[in-house]
Amino acid sequence: MLRFILRRLFSGVVLVFVISTIAYLLLYLGGGDIARSILGESATAATVAQKAHSLGLDRPVLEQYFGWLGHAVTGNLGSSWFTGQAVSAAVSARVGVTLSLVLGATLISAVVSIIIGVWAAARRGWIDRSVQLLSVVGVAVPGFLIALGLVTVFAINLKWFKPTGFVQFASSPSGWIATATLPILALAIGGIAGVTAQVRGSVIDALRQDYVRTLRSRGLPRNRVVFKHVLRNAGGPALAVLAVQFVGLLGGAVIVEQIFAIPGLGQVAVTATSQGDIPLVMGLVVVTAIIVVVVNLLIDLLQGWLNPKVRLA
Amino acid sequence: MTEALSPGAPAAALRTARIPLFHRLLKTPVGLAALSFLALLVLAAILAPVLSPADPNLASLQDVSARPGPAHVLGADSAGRDVFSRLLFSSRFSLAGALVTLLVAAAIGVTGGLIAGYYGKWFDAISSWLTNLLMALPGIIVLLAARAVLGPSMWLSMAIFGVLLSPAFFRLVYAAVTAVRNELYVDAARVSGLSDSRIIGRHILTVVRAPVIIQASMVAGIAVAIQAGLEFLGLGDMTIPTWGSMLNDGFANIYKAPLLTLWPSLAIGLTCVALTLLANTMRDVLERSSSPKRRRTKAAAPAPVKREAVVRHAESERTSATLGEELLVMKELSVGYTQPDGSVKSVVNDVSLTVRRGEVHGLIGESGSGKTQTAWSILRLLPEGGRVTSGSILFEGKDLAHASEPDMTRIRGRKIAYIPQEPMSNLDASFTIGSQLVEPMRVCLGLSKREAKDRALALLGRVGIPNPQRTFAAYPHEVSGGMAQRVLIAGAVSCNPDLLIADEPTTALDVTVQAEVLDLLRTLQSEMNMGVVLVTHNFGVVADLCDRVSVMRDGRIVETGPVKSIFAHPEHPYTRTLFDAILEDGDARGALNPVPAAVAKETPSE
Repeated sequence: MLRFILRRLFSGVVLVFVISTIAYLLLYLGGGDIARSILGESATAATVAQKAHSLGLDRPVLEQYFGWLGHAVTGNLGSSWFTGQAVSAAVSARVGVTLSLVLGATLISAVVSIIIGVWAAARRGWIDRSVQLLSVVGVAVPGFLIALGLVTVFAINLKWFKPTGFVQFASSPSGWIATATLPILALAIGGIAGVTAQVRGSVIDALRQDYVRTLRSRGLPRNRVVFKHVLRNAGGPALAVLAVQFVGLLGGAVIVEQIFAIPGLGQVAVTATSQGDIPLVMGLVVVTAIIVVVVNLLIDLLQGWLNPKVRLA
Repeated sequence: MTEALSPGAPAAALRTARIPLFHRLLKTPVGLAALSFLALLVLAAILAPVLSPADPNLASLQDVSARPGPAHVLGADSAGRDVFSRLLFSSRFSLAGALVTLLVAAAIGVTGGLIAGYYGKWFDAISSWLTNLLMALPGIIVLLAARAVLGPSMWLSMAIFGVLLSPAFFRLVYAAVTAVRNELYVDAARVSGLSDSRIIGRHILTVVRAPVIIQASMVAGIAVAIQAGLEFLGLGDMTIPTWGSMLNDGFANIYKAPLLTLWPSLAIGLTCVALTLLANTMRDVLERSSSPKRRRTKAAAPAPVKREAVVRHAESERTSATLGEELLVMKELSVGYTQPDGSVKSVVNDVSLTVRRGEVHGLIGESGSGKTQTAWSILRLLPEGGRVTSGSILFEGKDLAHASEPDMTRIRGRKIAYIPQEPMSNLDASFTIGSQLVEPMRVCLGLSKREAKDRALALLGRVGIPNPQRTFAAYPHEVSGGMAQRVLIAGAVSCNPDLLIADEPTTALDVTVQAEVLDLLRTLQSEMNMGVVLVTHNFGVVADLCDRVSVMRDGRIVETGPVKSIFAHPEHPYTRTLFDAILEDGDARGALNPVPAAVAKETPSE
């Protein structure tokens, strides 16, 4: 078990390293005259050169990269070129907001899609067909359209929730519910659709397994077999989809945060990239990659718990 | 971000598609609707310059947020531009953007998949690693980062997104190619001297064509969505009209002119849904045509309409006198499966049999003769779609054919138990053997955890497992097939059943183990004085274990009676054929199960 975790952690570190290297090199090779764009058109050539020097932009790319990497491994991701704020501070102030949305949406997707997926698989018939159709539509409709629809109906017309802004749960739970419900829902609907289709499919597969008949032949009620044995066996494939969904939700959060004006990672990402604030963009890439690696590791561990054969691997 | 198809889309099955996919798609309502919508959309995009009443970028101050009317069919946006014209031109750019993504993704993914799949080796490792890398980052973050570097070009962004989506094609093609790489016809082509590129072109491309088209439809939908998303964020190229930028404008004015968000939303939503539904329908159509009746392999061929008389052998007085009361009386039982078209296909017809306490009743016949279906119907555990269509199954005065599900749950395990054919697939791989034994005992006998565990350990010992403690804690994949079958026997008898249904309990086992398992069954049967229905295709097993036997063919019993009598005077031609098969080949089915247990015991192992 420990070796498994260590090996996965190691490959995760390698992945983060590779991603950040590629990102860094691409960003620098493609970057234009950054000092000029920071200072604006009116700045003189001398001040631009001075700015470039103070940012270290006049050094060779590789030297700059190893400098960045050396700091990055100690947790120092540099500071924003435009605001001067430390990247780690800028990111960590917002990562919680985004994670609370994405994790909330992931949890809701998992719970709701298990309920609907098992229901559709066990009942079949028209319930199953409607669930299938709805999940195809839910997967197909882009998340931001769902978000727009939710805002229009529930915030602008019905005024049940706030259309924009964000209140931390710690400072006001009711404020959090008023501001976070719609964004989480907007993210969750697509996730629910995707995971439901998978849960349904793998529950149907699992229900056809021989051991289901054998367990029922020993006098176990059908529902008990479905919820204990079938669900556990169907859980593996469903979790794999959930992992993919999580990456999708992280991306979806960028757009949803814009719509609801939520100060999360997505907002920083949009500003930083439109300004060309490379240290900040790098910080975002690294943090996102780390989040993805950690979530995948957690899901692998869950897989191992669900299916003992995986543990041997 | 990448809503990739499972690479498991059955490539070999898709190959069998003969009637053009397109024609069959048009016959399904969903396929027709999706295709028509997309055709109209493409037409509108191509004809945009002709159809547009106004220049899509022409701003007019007096028309700002104009309501729909004669001047502007769908109104005007916040800059006074004609919404209808913008919508038409947006279709152009949005579709073209999606096309760029699609082409890039398909070019990289299909080529990479073909090469990696066909040549294998190190190319495999590298490309699957790259694929994982691409899957690990949210696409939109990469696109934003790229935009920071390369500037706001829609075409470039869409091309990069194509690279990010290429794994969707890669995995699909790779899986399909590795599946056919070693097929005989590809080998034949190689032997006959065709060059690799010709083999790939002729044989392999035809296999992956259909799944690639399906995946293309999915990817196009994702591309439309992400492109609209970027433009909606205001991160696209603002100089060209797209659905996303129209949505951006509409959302900024949502309080003043809510209708402005409606049209682009509809365009984006409908396009994405149409593309995804199209992909799903294509897959359904292909799967349906390639596998008309999977999972029904156990079902017998339609039974002959003519009812022939069952050959009944007279009871010898000795047998009926020494045996106990009637446990199970099955009368003219028929089992059928509801077909997709609503008809019922019969697999068991008018089967009558009686099992007394302490008696072993063999049910013998070829694969597909309906013996297993008969066995399952006693437990009322027929696969989906199957049911008892007529007749009765009397057990302790109750008709099981019409008993309620809760009643059946109470009877299963406690009164009637079941030993399956294939030991491994009948144990749940996710739970320990012990927990699978303990759970039913706690439910059926109301034992405490402690008591159930003790009983389970005792049972494991009883069925001849050398180290019960270890097997109890083991997972199914950690024990051998013979051990697993013993575990299943222990589970079947754990709640003291009166009737045991054993469905070819030794077929999947090694010959030497078969004999031991048959011995065990015989001992347990006489110890617990159970009635047994023993399904088998092996007359050796019948001779060894059964008191009475019924021969089944095409879902009917053709001959029935005491074993001795049938062995002495087989009357029905089919019974004789079964006997002849043993004499000639050793077994009716082949090499699996050749010796009666008594002989097997004398054969030295290995």
